[in-house]
Amino acid sequence: MVLRLVERTAVLLVSLAVASVLVFGFMVVLPGDPARVALGVNASDEAVAQLRQQFGLDRPLATQYADWVGGLLRGDFGTSYVSKVAIGPQIADRFQVTLWLVVVAMVIALVLAAPAGTVMAAQHRRLSGLALSALSQVGVAIPAFLAGILLIMLFAVKLGWLPANGWTPPASDPGMFLKQLILPALSLGLVQGAVLTRYVRSAVLDVLREDYLRTARAKGLRPFPALWRHGLRNAAVPVVTVLGLQLATLLIGAVVVERVFVIPGVGSLLLDGVSNRDLLLVQDVVMVLVVAVLVVNFLVDLLYVALDPRLRVER
Amino acid sequence: MKSYSSRAIALVGAAALLALTACSAGSGTSSGSSPGGDQSLVVGLVAEPASLDFTTTDGAAIPQALLGNVYNGLVKQDESGKIVPDLAKSWTVSPDRRTYTFELVDNAKFTNGAAFTAADAVFSINRVKTAWTTSLKSVMDVVSEAKAVSPTQLQVTLTKPSNGWLFRMTTRVGAMFSQTGVGKLATDPVGTGPYKFGTWKRGDSIVLQRNDAYWGTKPFFNQVTLKYFKDPTALNNALLTGTINVIGTVQAPEALTQFTSNEKYQVIEGTTNGEVVLSFNNSRPVLKDLRVRQAIRQAIDHQALLDTCFAGRGKLIGSMVPPTDPWSEDLTGVAPFDKAKATAALQAAGAAGATLRLRLPTLPYATSCGQVVKSQLEQVGLKVTIDQLEFPAAWLTTVFKNADYDLSIVAHVEPRDLGAVFNAKYYTRYDDPTLAGLLAAADSGDEAAQVDNMKKAARRLSEQAAADWLFLLPNLVVADKNLTGLPANAITESFDLTRLARS
Repeated sequence: MVLRLVERTAVLLVSLAVASVLVFGFMVVLPGDPARVALGVNASDEAVAQLRQQFGLDRPLATQYADWVGGLLRGDFGTSYVSKVAIGPQIADRFQVTLWLVVVAMVIALVLAAPAGTVMAAQHRRLSGLALSALSQVGVAIPAFLAGILLIMLFAVKLGWLPANGWTPPASDPGMFLKQLILPALSLGLVQGAVLTRYVRSAVLDVLREDYLRTARAKGLRPFPALWRHGLRNAAVPVVTVLGLQLATLLIGAVVVERVFVIPGVGSLLLDGVSNRDLLLVQDVVMVLVVAVLVVNFLVDLLYVALDPRLRVER
Repeated sequence: MKSYSSRAIALVGAAALLALTACSAGSGTSSGSSPGGDQSLVVGLVAEPASLDFTTTDGAAIPQALLGNVYNGLVKQDESGKIVPDLAKSWTVSPDRRTYTFELVDNAKFTNGAAFTAADAVFSINRVKTAWTTSLKSVMDVVSEAKAVSPTQLQVTLTKPSNGWLFRMTTRVGAMFSQTGVGKLATDPVGTGPYKFGTWKRGDSIVLQRNDAYWGTKPFFNQVTLKYFKDPTALNNALLTGTINVIGTVQAPEALTQFTSNEKYQVIEGTTNGEVVLSFNNSRPVLKDLRVRQAIRQAIDHQALLDTCFAGRGKLIGSMVPPTDPWSEDLTGVAPFDKAKATAALQAAGAAGATLRLRLPTLPYATSCGQVVKSQLEQVGLKVTIDQLEFPAAWLTTVFKNADYDLSIVAHVEPRDLGAVFNAKYYTRYDDPTLAGLLAAADSGDEAAQVDNMKKAARRLSEQAAADWLFLLPNLVVADKNLTGLPANAITESFDLTRLARS
């Protein structure tokens, strides 16, 4: 157990280091001079050079990288080239928004996928199982932003039940917060749920074929109680792994869905940063996303061990 | 649906009213009896500012929100293009056209409490030269001295006569700042305008509050929210579902039908200063030949192009002049559509079969119009390859800075930008002493000489085919039916909120 923890921590740290180099490297090769974009058309070359110096873009790359990583480690995210505002609080602000979206979408996905996948597996030869299976295939094929557009057309524009876009912080108006959250969270959650359903189904199917379940059935338990008492915990192991991996997809999906629903989350911050060539901001945001994904995967690894005692044995 | 949106607006309005009454308690003068009482408005716009400081950050979004609303200038432009008084009640120009004497209003106050005086005007004009970092600062180079004769009289002396200077004073460069209020321009602008800056939810909206201490006619709306949308569909949906009351600038004219066919909305079409230019790199060997440039202009069926790529909205112009400039005249006949003539001219010039790189910024109008231009030019025997360059960053570096292109398409939205766009240093690489002479004469002469020389300059540009002018961007506004005071023409940098009202 301890060995595994050390091993996973080492992997996490190395991944973070590699990721930081890659993120920094991509920003360097991205075409477009941030100083020129900030100054706009007609800016003189002298003015651009001066601003580059002010941004520190004229220093050696290694120095720039070291300063950036050093700052991050101290919790200093730097100041945006474009808005001249500290980046750290901005990201924290926007991340909360995205977090709400992702967490609620994840809950919706789980609430849909766990029962649907189980039913699909338990009744995989019956019509109900096949119908659910077909439905989930459709869900898998639809990208989240398209789901979002369709949901807006139906529930906002046509029926007028829910707002088409916007965001209100939960503290300032909980009712409006929920109304505005439902459609974007659904568009992410439905698609994620469909994907997850497939994994739940195959995990449950695997468990159904296990000897201990056959034993349970032989002792007279009906299929669902047998699954409930002996199978689901085991089926959860692969599903939790997938859940961790899917978080990355969910975050990417959120970036796009935020745009469709005009939500001021990390995604819109990232898009603005890229088009304004606010390189430091983009570096910071991407790095935060990378950290989030890697840390979640790290935690999933640990959770995995907690769920499956067999993995606790030292190799 | 309706109930949700109107309730939301009412809530925001009530909160704002509470805040306002709290603020103005004790002043005694403001009874909140302005025409619109506590009514509020939400305007949907496309580009959110990155900062609120237009002295150091470029782009149209900041003056759109703040100029004329939060900041006043000495002078401003009315909807027909005329220069009219703002903080300056009147002004005179000396006979040598180098000294301007402005009489200032005496009751203007900044939102930080300080009174506006000639000293602030001097400070603001000088500050352009010292503290501004955007390229626009060069407009003030022509000023040799600004001095306060009295608190209400300002004298500005120029190094040479310049009509352009007074005109630029109507733009953001002429905005008047408080000597004690420039510390936090990026987040806390201080001006003398009819609105004061309220809050800014980054990534979402900017709220402006009616300035109860405003020296002029107070605006109808107590609160105006400028809500920003990256996606045109989201913008349209916001109006359809009642989240916003106005779409300030329609980006996709083909989507207008859903509003024109609905009696809940009004659609307004006017003009702008945005010339959509098919720019030529005049330094390229093949494009140095006048016959080739003229042939390209003649090869394009402008009406068909406008119908295809901008849903027929917009106006055809034959040179770099919008119809609201005093020297505008119809030059669309200089190079009329004539495929046969264009083909023959290209053959005579030995340019038949030549390949041109059309490098397009990733802007919707450029992408769609670029396809039409390509197909029309290929019909007269040119080869056109299209490259997409991400806008603004990649396009700015490749086309704008390095002039690494043959043809490009972009809207030049600056007002009176003929001289700025067509010179040897600009990405058009258009080197023409005759044009430069006409422009210099226009800038230094009196009003009649200015109009006369600008007409000649525009005609010269068109006859020399320095570029092709595809069309003038329309100003398309969609709003709730009961809104009044929406400007038809958008020819200033400001989105004028002061005349808006609800009937």
